[in-house]
Amino acid sequence: MKLIHLYPREMNIYGDTGNVVVLARRLKWRGLPVEIAAVSVGDPLPHDADILLGGGGQDAAQGEIGADFAGRGAELRAMADDGLVMLTICGTYQMLGHEFITHEGRRIPGVGVLDIVTTGQAERLIGNNYVDTDDAGRLVGYENHSGLTDLGPGVRPLGSTQLGRGNNGRDQTEGAVRDNVIGTYLHGPVLAKSPQFADDLLRRALSRRGRDTDLEPLDDSLAEQAARVAAGRPR
Amino acid sequence: MNLLAVWLGKLTLMALRALGRRGNALPGLVVEKVFPSFLARAMARLPEGVVVITGTNGKTTTTKMIATILGERYRVLTNDTGSNFVRGAITATVEHATWSGELPYDVAVFELDEAWAVRFVALVPPRRALLLNVMRDQLDRFGEIDTTAGLLGAVAAATTGHVVLNRDDERVAALAGRTTAQVSYYGVAPELRALFPNDEELYGGPVFMSEHPASAELRGLPAGEQPYITLRFGGADHEVLLRADGPHNAQNAAGAVALALTFGMDTETVLHGLRNVSPAFGRGQSFDIDGRRLVLQLVKNPAGFRQTLRTLDGVTGADAIVVAINDDYADGRDVSWLWDVDFTGLVAPAIGDARRSTSGTRAADMAVRLRYDDVSVDEVEPDLEKAVRSAVEAVPEGGHVVVFSTYTAMWALHAILLRIGQAA
Repeated sequence: MKLIHLYPREMNIYGDTGNVVVLARRLKWRGLPVEIAAVSVGDPLPHDADILLGGGGQDAAQGEIGADFAGRGAELRAMADDGLVMLTICGTYQMLGHEFITHEGRRIPGVGVLDIVTTGQAERLIGNNYVDTDDAGRLVGYENHSGLTDLGPGVRPLGSTQLGRGNNGRDQTEGAVRDNVIGTYLHGPVLAKSPQFADDLLRRALSRRGRDTDLEPLDDSLAEQAARVAAGRPR
Repeated sequence: MNLLAVWLGKLTLMALRALGRRGNALPGLVVEKVFPSFLARAMARLPEGVVVITGTNGKTTTTKMIATILGERYRVLTNDTGSNFVRGAITATVEHATWSGELPYDVAVFELDEAWAVRFVALVPPRRALLLNVMRDQLDRFGEIDTTAGLLGAVAAATTGHVVLNRDDERVAALAGRTTAQVSYYGVAPELRALFPNDEELYGGPVFMSEHPASAELRGLPAGEQPYITLRFGGADHEVLLRADGPHNAQNAAGAVALALTFGMDTETVLHGLRNVSPAFGRGQSFDIDGRRLVLQLVKNPAGFRQTLRTLDGVTGADAIVVAINDDYADGRDVSWLWDVDFTGLVAPAIGDARRSTSGTRAADMAVRLRYDDVSVDEVEPDLEKAVRSAVEAVPEGGHVVVFSTYTAMWALHAILLRIGQAA
C-alpha cells in the first residue's frame, strides 16, 4: 500500500505525522508492504497512491504552501472522485474546502474537494475532545484551531462532539466526509487512540482496489485504555 | 523598598512552608496584588540591574549557569526553582530581602516563561536578556510557534543594555532587528550544527546556517573517554568539564558564557564559574535509592526530549527507563508532541535490554507511542511512586534507572525520591 504524506516539512507542528506512523505500522505488523511518499512544495503527486495524509501547520506555513496547494486543485478533485482515501487534519482539512476567510477578511481559495467554508476568528478553540461517529466508533484527540468551518450539503459530518467545540463551536458537528475523503480538527494524533478508525481507513483503501478487507486483529488494549483516560481528562 | 511588601511576602512564605508547601509562587502573587509597583522599585536599586533568560528550552539550567558564573564576582539574586512567572521573581525577591527591607544584591538573574517575560519586562525593563530558542512547546497555550517568537521579540524590544541571541535559531536571530540594545550572539560550530535541529529541520527542511560571529561558540562535545566540551571565547578554545549532560546543555553553556561576557568578566573567572555549575532542579539530578542510581530528566517538548534522550548514549547507559507523562496545565494538556519524538533509539544495542515502563496520567498514551515505534513496554503504571519503586526493584544493586518526566510529574517525583532515597 502506498501512503502520500502531504507537506511533511510544512504541516507538522501538531503531531499529525503520527497518523502516518500509525497506518504504516498497522500495515507492517500485518505483513502488508507499505511505501510512504513525502510530497512537499513542487513535488509531483503519485497517481498510484492508496491513502493521502495531511496535517496541521502554522498560519505562515499555510501561506507558504498556499499557491502550491491551489495548483493541485484539479488533480486532488480527480483523485477524490476516483475514491482515493484522504485523512486531512486541521489546516489541510480547511484547505480542502472552497475557501478560508481570514479574521482580517482576506479570502484564500481552497481546492474545493470538500463542500466546506472556513472563517477565521481571534479566539482559538483548544482542548481535549472526543467525537462519536457511526462508522468508526469514538475518536479521541485534541483540537486547536481558530478557523470555524461550516458544512455544505455536499458533505456529512464525520461525527458529533459534546465535550469539544468541533467544526464551528455552534452545531456540535466535527469533521466532514465525502466518498473516501475525511477532514477533521482532531489532533492527538487522532489515529493513535482511535484504532478502529485507522483500520476503517485501511479497509476503505483495500476495498477501492477490490482486495480482501479482512484485517488480522491487533491487540489494541493500550490504545483503548489511553482513549478512555484521555476522554476523561479536563479539556 | 517597601517594608510592608517584604513582610507580607515573607510572612506568606513562612505560613506556606509551615504547611509543608513549596511557596514558590503564592507569596509573589499576594505581594503583586497588594503592592503592584514593588518589583519595579526593588529592581531599580540593583546596581547591575536585571538579566532575563527566556526561550522554550534550557531556561532553568542556563539561568543556573549564569547565576553561578556571575556569582564569582557579584551578589546574585535568582529564581532557581523553575518558578518562572512574574510571581516567582517577586517571591525570590521578598524571600532574599532582609526583614529590614534591604536587598543586598548586585544583580538579579531571572528565568521567565515566554508569555510572562512580556509581562515582566513591561514592569521592569531588563538591562540584559538572553534569548535561547523557539521550539514547538505548549501550543495549547501559545497556538503556534511564531506566536512564541513574537513574545521573545517583545522582551528584546524592552531590553535597555544588551541582548544575547542564539544565532542558530532562525526565529531568535531575526529578533536583532527588534531592539535598540547592543546585540551579540552565541552559537555552535558549523560542524556541530546538525546536532541541534529545530522543528522544521527535523522534517527535512533546510538547515539554517547563520553568518553572525559568536562571542561564545561551542566547538566540541564529549566523545568516548574524553569528557570535556570545548568552548571558544575571548580568542581561544577552552576545555570545560560540565556537570550537566547532553549536547543541549553544552549549547546552553555557550549562551551563559556569552551573557557573562557582557559584564566584562575575564576568561578565567568565567571558566571557574562554569565548572562550578551543578545540575538544576530535576534536570539531570541524581538520587541514590537502595544502592541504585536514579537520574531525573525533565522533558517538555519534542526538541528537548530528543536532546535528553541523547544523554542515554553516555557510558553509564540505563538498566531501567521510566517515562512519566502528566497532562496537567503546566505540562500541556495536549500530548500529541510525543509523536514528534523518535523513540526507536530506545532499542539500540547499548540500552535495548533496559526494562521499560511508562507512568503519569498519560502512561497509556506514552505506551501506545512507544509501541508504534516497535519499542515494547514492560509496565504501564500511572502511579508515579509505584512505577519508580518497581523500576528500582527490577535493577541490580549499582544499576542505573533513568526517569524522563514532564513538569508536574517531576515535582511529584522529586518529593517521592527524597522520601524513598537521597540526593546523590
